Amino acid sequence: MELFTHRYRNLSVLFAAVLGQLLLLGYQIRSREDVPLVRVWAVTAVTEVASLLEAAAEGAGSILRHYLLLVGVRQENERLRRELDELKLEALHLRAELARAERAEALRLFQARTPSRTLAARIIGAGPVLNSKVVFVDAGSRQGVEAGMAVITPDGVVGRVRAAYPTSSQVVLLTDPSFAAGVISQRHHTQGTLKGKGVSLCVVDFIQNEDKLEEGEWFYTSGDDRVFPRGLPVGPAVVVRRGKLLKEVLVAPSGLGNGLEEVLIVLEGVHQPVPAQTPAVTTLHLLPAPPADPAQAGAAPSGLGASLETDADRLRERYRRIGQMQGHTFGEGLPGSAPPDFTMEPAPAKPAIPDASGPPPPAP
Amino acid sequence: MRVDSDLVTGGLRGRRAEARLEKATFVAVPLAAILFQVYVPLLVPYLGYLELPLLVVLFFALTRRRLTASLLYGAAVGLLQDALSHNPIGMFGIAKTLSGYFAAAASIRFDVENPVVRFLLAFFFYFFHQFLYWALIQALLAQPPGFSLQQALILGLLNGAVAVPLFQVLAKLMGRG
Repeated sequence: MELFTHRYRNLSVLFAAVLGQLLLLGYQIRSREDVPLVRVWAVTAVTEVASLLEAAAEGAGSILRHYLLLVGVRQENERLRRELDELKLEALHLRAELARAERAEALRLFQARTPSRTLAARIIGAGPVLNSKVVFVDAGSRQGVEAGMAVITPDGVVGRVRAAYPTSSQVVLLTDPSFAAGVISQRHHTQGTLKGKGVSLCVVDFIQNEDKLEEGEWFYTSGDDRVFPRGLPVGPAVVVRRGKLLKEVLVAPSGLGNGLEEVLIVLEGVHQPVPAQTPAVTTLHLLPAPPADPAQAGAAPSGLGASLETDADRLRERYRRIGQMQGHTFGEGLPGSAPPDFTMEPAPAKPAIPDASGPPPPAP
Repeated sequence: MRVDSDLVTGGLRGRRAEARLEKATFVAVPLAAILFQVYVPLLVPYLGYLELPLLVVLFFALTRRRLTASLLYGAAVGLLQDALSHNPIGMFGIAKTLSGYFAAAASIRFDVENPVVRFLLAFFFYFFHQFLYWALIQALLAQPPGFSLQQALILGLLNGAVAVPLFQVLAKLMGRG
């Protein structure tokens, strides 16, 4: 027997194992009773581990979901930040476009109201020199621009075309030292020559100390330089003081304020009277309404003779009479035409200087 | 000489630790397989077709090549699996006892290191295990026939295909590579 079990040990164990399990099965089936202890142990052990696994899986899943959620939040945050940056840029762009549209509208309104024929142009570049007072505009000779033409904005004078190229032009600003233009003050009609000094302010030269001028008084183009039509605003006098021979007058150019992007080139200038009211600076940079009585403005030059207070006034009145005697009108002759003979002695001054547009004096 | 004795002592300690780890692995792996069969099909139902406890028993039998140990190992795993089932305890126990025994017997005669042989053996013993289980149910419990030959063959192929890489993983895990 011992030999048999030793020789067939494996089969014996197999037989015993199978038999034992068969008996266990038979007991369970026959008695209809379970082996609760084994099941409780097994189930308890496995379900505990399964619960741990479930909790671990749930925790891992939760962490994973939250991580993915955080990743999504981070991505969404980055996307929103990018959108915010884009919207900020877009808002800046739209704000600039709005300002540009306002300036363009102001230019359009000014173009419609001014009798001069103008051409809108956009500044496309500055001069190659640091602090240059020269700019380039995108209108050139093909659009009819010529050298010497006035460049203005609704706010005032900007400069003068120095050179016209086929598609662009070079404009020298009125702050450039080479710039000069004839100006006249609004209230006292004091005339002078505007000159650039290379800084933000310009000087008005050749104003006698005896001439009346107040700080804050506006200067307008006089038209005497035959570049700028008469009546364009230049800017207010910010400094007025007596000098040795001439007044020291500094003017703040109004045409260079509010940023300079679009300008008007005066192709054909028409003289206008100097307005009686100070130009109001509005959002659209609209010029004030023209004066109701045009005779009032036309009488201004002749009115100067009514109060000949300075030598310049008297000299001016003399030249005016010489011109009247010889049938010459100042400011209308073309370059190269014969000037009046200033050696002739004009007729003696009358007690009251009649206005050019006024009624003729009564016969003696 | 002193250094040599230290080396011998260290080597013995390492072998003992390795033996303990191997025993723990032989206990932990079938438990993990049963847990897998209990828990994972809840998440992925298709994985319920895998009979991982049987594959673990087959791996033990094919690598150990000891009949008694293999049949006892199969009996233990089967009984634990029975304890978690709704059937009387012993059904899976008998099926896996016989599977382990015959698998160990087959490992003596065949080159079980060959993946093809492993696949064929896994396929065969899966089919044998399922058929034996069905036969026991029919004989002892008189339950209606639920055995599908076609399904058993297909699932046998599936488990055989899974067994080949699984045996590689288990061999490395148990230091039998």
